[in-house]
Amino acid sequence: MLFDSSSWIIAPIVLPLMAGLFCFLFTRGTFAISVVASIANLVTVVVLHRQLISFGPTRYVVGGWRVPLGITLRTDGPALLMLLMAAVTGVAITFYARGYFSFRIAEPKREGRHERQQRFFWPLWMMLLGSLNALFLSSDIFNLYVTLELVSVSAAALAALSGKPASQIAAFRYLLVSLLGSLSYLLGVVFIYKIHGVLDLDMLRMAASGGPALGAALALMTVGLLLKTALFPLHFWLPPAHANALAPVSAILSGLVVKGSFYLLFRLWFDVFPGVIATPALNLMGLLGAGAILWGSVQAIRQQRLKLLVAYSTVSQLGYLFVAFPLARLENGAGVWTAVTFMALAHACAKAAMFMAAGAIFLQVGHDRIRDLAGVRACLPVASLAYAVAGVNLMGLPPSGGFMAKWLLLTSSLASCRWWWGLVIMAGSLLAAIYVFRVVSRLFVIPAGEPLRACYPHSILLEWPALILALISLLLGFAAPYPLQLLDTAQSAMALFYGGLP
Amino acid sequence: MPILTRNRNNRKRLDPYLLLLFFFVACLVLWLGAILCSLPMGVPGLGKEVASLQQRSGVQSPVTAVLLNFRGYDTFLEVLVLLLAVIGVWSMTLAPFPSGEVEKSPVQLGVVRLLTPLMVLVGAYLVWQGSHLAGGAFQGGAVLGGAGVLLLVAELPWLRSVPSLPLRIALLAGPLVFFSVALYCLLRQGKFLAYPQDTAGAFLLIIETACALSIGVTLASLFAGGRPDDDLPETGTPSDPQGGRTE
Amino acid sequence: MITNFLYSFCGLFVFFMGFFALIACSHPLRKILAVNVMSTGVFLILVAGAYRPASVGDIDPVPHAMVLTGIVVSVSVTALALILACRVQETSNLSLLRPKSINGREESED
Repeated sequence: MLFDSSSWIIAPIVLPLMAGLFCFLFTRGTFAISVVASIANLVTVVVLHRQLISFGPTRYVVGGWRVPLGITLRTDGPALLMLLMAAVTGVAITFYARGYFSFRIAEPKREGRHERQQRFFWPLWMMLLGSLNALFLSSDIFNLYVTLELVSVSAAALAALSGKPASQIAAFRYLLVSLLGSLSYLLGVVFIYKIHGVLDLDMLRMAASGGPALGAALALMTVGLLLKTALFPLHFWLPPAHANALAPVSAILSGLVVKGSFYLLFRLWFDVFPGVIATPALNLMGLLGAGAILWGSVQAIRQQRLKLLVAYSTVSQLGYLFVAFPLARLENGAGVWTAVTFMALAHACAKAAMFMAAGAIFLQVGHDRIRDLAGVRACLPVASLAYAVAGVNLMGLPPSGGFMAKWLLLTSSLASCRWWWGLVIMAGSLLAAIYVFRVVSRLFVIPAGEPLRACYPHSILLEWPALILALISLLLGFAAPYPLQLLDTAQSAMALFYGGLP
Repeated sequence: MPILTRNRNNRKRLDPYLLLLFFFVACLVLWLGAILCSLPMGVPGLGKEVASLQQRSGVQSPVTAVLLNFRGYDTFLEVLVLLLAVIGVWSMTLAPFPSGEVEKSPVQLGVVRLLTPLMVLVGAYLVWQGSHLAGGAFQGGAVLGGAGVLLLVAELPWLRSVPSLPLRIALLAGPLVFFSVALYCLLRQGKFLAYPQDTAGAFLLIIETACALSIGVTLASLFAGGRPDDDLPETGTPSDPQGGRTE
Repeated sequence: MITNFLYSFCGLFVFFMGFFALIACSHPLRKILAVNVMSTGVFLILVAGAYRPASVGDIDPVPHAMVLTGIVVSVSVTALALILACRVQETSNLSLLRPKSINGREESED
């Protein structure tokens, strides 16, 4: 028995993937398998966090072949925070999906359809979770391509699961866009392999020397990843795909999947090739991010359907992640790293909670037209509260994680005399307040003179996971020191490794 | 076809947007082509590394060594991509077999009877050959998949009632064997997917055989285009109207 | 030497030909084929890069393995896209390329 503690790193990849295989093999007990796997995943991620704090970042060579040839997995601050995001959101989504499907199956409109959805939801979801973890941990640009494809195939299959024409059309476009993004990324990988002859990120970091060829490769990879992340103006596929999917699937797609490609992009720009990136490129990213914040918010305000509103708000919130780009190069760059991580964590929890609440509302009311949602609170008090609390996070009110992120971005933009980015951030918060209140005011006001809504009985799993996630995103502000500490450990250790990094 | 579209009077005209796109794409090709030509030729790549470690990989073919040993983790994930595609296809629809008996031509049946065993044999040979020459699980699996496609095209009646469970087991054989070996290596060698050096060749052959089987069944299932009839037994209604065949 | 560049450039050309078709053609089948053509282009560049002049040493097997991986990925994704396109044809008579008709739809769930 040679099993040592360094092998924990493969657990978050292998556990969900294997759970997915078994969910496909067995037709019964799939929920039990998924719950066990997602909780075990959370536990292993916590163990990895403890290891990171005590031992610093680690490298794990899969297969035992040394670096230029073998594939390396890596734990460091950003990777582990993303893992934590996926694990926490994942547990909540697993429980919610159980409540969602049992509500559906209890009241069949069409025989067999919901059984089919439930049957295939579990294997696809578990394998998606494992692929995302593999994406966060991988340190090899070609292996990252394979994980990207795993994520896009499972995400597209999940998006089509509802079976309605609208969702299938949206899923088809989603699949094509993902493929285009992956291929563009792969072409960039080919260029990089032709230039440097290695695939490992650490070796690339040391070898990278700039030049037009590397710039072209990075441009190809960036465009591909932006397409997958749905940065304005490449966001056209996101609202229909996210709004027409089943509610647990929308939560997965909006909360987690878009973060995968964003994380990879951020990693490439600021960790692997920081010396190659020119300032105009950073400003362009910031500009697109600002466009996303404003355009997404305005579109969200204009929507008539709840799920489309939430989907457009994802477009807008993704913009904040990119506004951080031009700020990240400045003196207090660590603050911006923390801001981005906070934004990703808080948005994952809040957006998943919002989609879960929206799904619960859809099930109870039978539609999601915003103007007819008056008084839903009477039926779904917990889900309505969850929606409101998640909204607080999107608006960026203290003590939410969104507040922390925006505060950090705001201070660094003012400290560097780039107040215009701060202006965009504040305008985005204001617009978010409008589209959040537009829905919340309807949910909580029971119109006088109208009879109370008829409520179907539902399990607590339909409402409480949403509220718990929303509360986590709200209280994330109190946990501010923790990510900072984690990122510090990572940065100082990396500096030891490579003799100083930004 | 795309740039020139016909307008109402059936006269050809230029679509300005597509023309713009065409020039944009042409510029991209020229720019990236110039960069490709400017790349240095002497970049060594990983060929030397592979050659120096070849002896310890357990196989003679360098491509197989990279695929299954040095970068076996990639292949492990890639087998899962194939499986995910099948799960995705199964989640959408039942396999659309044409209803009603069709008279089969004896030539067709004869071809199937002759070619199928031959293809299985060739597939097995390709898997075996992969350890020292070009070949391997994917090539062998593709030929096996071809045999499956041949059977499906011939619309043999028994294919319609292939039960779901054995099919699922065949689909999962590759990933599960791969995973078991990886786990065994983790317990024995202390590293995920690090084969013991003296028995690496045997492990690779086991993995390749299981993967070839799974890849063959996967490709045939993808061609069949849906899940078998009995996959959702609990519902009581075997052919559910939504996920069902052509309406 | 010159052959290597020629193959690489052809791969690039094929890639962007597929890219153009992906945007210009509206039929779902053509789009799927366009993506396939694009991936073939990438594989061509990758394999051309595996060539080494005799002075440098052996042919690099890593790109070969990468191409094999890529082909398998592309086969599975193509199959999924084709079945999805068939399902869309069966369940609706909507054209795949009218975003308005998706955004404006009332029923979303189930």
